[in-house]
Amino acid sequence: MERIYLDHAATTPTDPRVVEVMLPYFTEVFGNPSGIYQEGRAGKKAIDESREKVARLLGAADFREIIFTGSGSEADNLAISGVAWANRGKGNHIITSSIEHHAVLNTCKHLEKYGFTVTYLPVDKYGMVAPEAVREAITDRTILVSLMHANNEVGTVQPIAEISKIVHEKGVLFHTDAVQTVGSIPLHLKELGVDLLSLSAHKFYGPKGVGALYVKKGTRLSRLIHGGAQERQLRAGTENVAGIVGLAKALELAITELEENNSRLVEFRDYFINELMSRIDRVKLNGHPTKRLPGNVNVSFEFVEGESILLILDLKGIAASSGSACTSGSLDPSHVLLAMGLSHEVAHGSIRLSIGRENTKTQLDYVCGVLEEGVARLREMSPLYQARARKERSV
Amino acid sequence: MYTEAVMDHFSNPRNVGEIKDADGVGEAGNPVCGDIMRIYVKIEDQRIVDIKFKTFGCGAAIATSSILTEMVKGKTIAEAEKVTNRAVAEALGGLPPHKMHCSNLAADALHKALDAYRQSHLQFTAGEADSSSAIG
Ligand SMILES: Cc1ncc(COP(=O)(O)O)c(C=O)c1O
Repeated sequence: MERIYLDHAATTPTDPRVVEVMLPYFTEVFGNPSGIYQEGRAGKKAIDESREKVARLLGAADFREIIFTGSGSEADNLAISGVAWANRGKGNHIITSSIEHHAVLNTCKHLEKYGFTVTYLPVDKYGMVAPEAVREAITDRTILVSLMHANNEVGTVQPIAEISKIVHEKGVLFHTDAVQTVGSIPLHLKELGVDLLSLSAHKFYGPKGVGALYVKKGTRLSRLIHGGAQERQLRAGTENVAGIVGLAKALELAITELEENNSRLVEFRDYFINELMSRIDRVKLNGHPTKRLPGNVNVSFEFVEGESILLILDLKGIAASSGSACTSGSLDPSHVLLAMGLSHEVAHGSIRLSIGRENTKTQLDYVCGVLEEGVARLREMSPLYQARARKERSV
Repeated sequence: MYTEAVMDHFSNPRNVGEIKDADGVGEAGNPVCGDIMRIYVKIEDQRIVDIKFKTFGCGAAIATSSILTEMVKGKTIAEAEKVTNRAVAEALGGLPPHKMHCSNLAADALHKALDAYRQSHLQFTAGEADSSSAIG
């Protein structure tokens, strides 16, 4: 059976053009980049060139502002813990939102155990943070604001540039987790105005296990990983040369081809949402209708549970994900959907389909049909739907 | 992550539906957790002659409901009461550990349905006792 992959927000396949430029760094150019001999220098050169490329593509002022890490999660950890510990003398207050990725939320929770206090800003029904709420939350003890550029579950894109102005007026540092936006929507560091920005290669058709943190010149940061002097002493460990080369190449391709891919994905996304809404009743779109990631479709089907929808999809060759508790391994459904005000029931019935470069409209039509049939079958089985139908009949 | 038996019962659930004139209805779970199971039983001569279910929940919730109905259909009340959630999970060849608590409640729903049956039955006999004492 043909497989239809609709989970590009989780990860993407590595572009063959990226794999190709990575390959020599596993075999021919294997030297440790810290070595002074030719084999080492070649690896060092590849890293330097990649750093320059990434800096240029993001609009950084200086290539030294890019620190390669082992993942987007590590970049988030380094940004938040790094700023927190380096600025301990100035204050102990951090502001973030209630819909961040766990790489941010759990880092903040961890810091709370060590005397830091954290404000988790609420969001509106679209998953939007109010810029004014950021201003009001800042105190003279605030050392960092960390807000994601776009949410990985519902795709809502935050007004980072606007918030950045507010944060800087108050003289506070600003970090954004841009793991979902780098390579996916137009992004320029000067326009965003942030001090720190996290990204991860596997979200834009690069390899897994490599990310980067942009750190604006002059920003003080404590290291997380102690050891050698790699990455300006901010991240010890022999560099993942092939991964770094792959990250830079993937970013270059993503940005060069961004406009074309973007307009296609937005068209597909809106087509798919409209089809779902017109063919299935009691479907709710989660996230902002327009300020959302190009490939993100997140919907709740009332009266049914997300994991069972995913199982039906999988049996029909379709890969997607869900905000239901059953797929998270915890008892609560997605913290993002709950923060947006969805009831537990409706949050359990939500699924995310994230469209990517290789998907076609024919595939989306097929998926829509499978969903229509599958949701109807599950509703037939659902005591909630039954109760609802009764109520409506008696009205 | 699921066994073949789970996927079989999920894909082709047995005994889905309701029984209009059920002798007992039992429900377990709640929508906040993401799982609700409702079991309907029809009892004749202390035996489950018909059983149907409706479930809102994940794959495990649907599969446990379905296999439970097969396990107890035709059984006496006394036999059905001995069926545990654990036995249901075992009949499916096991469930992922995190599903054991939240989604494995079909036996609870069945026991509640049987309780409901007994309650209405008890009221009936209690009523008889009352009337006889009134006569005496
Ligand atoms: C918004 C966001 N932040 C951070 C991460 C973590 O990135 P990584 O998988 O590279 O650790 C992800 C991806 O899962 C993400 O979507």
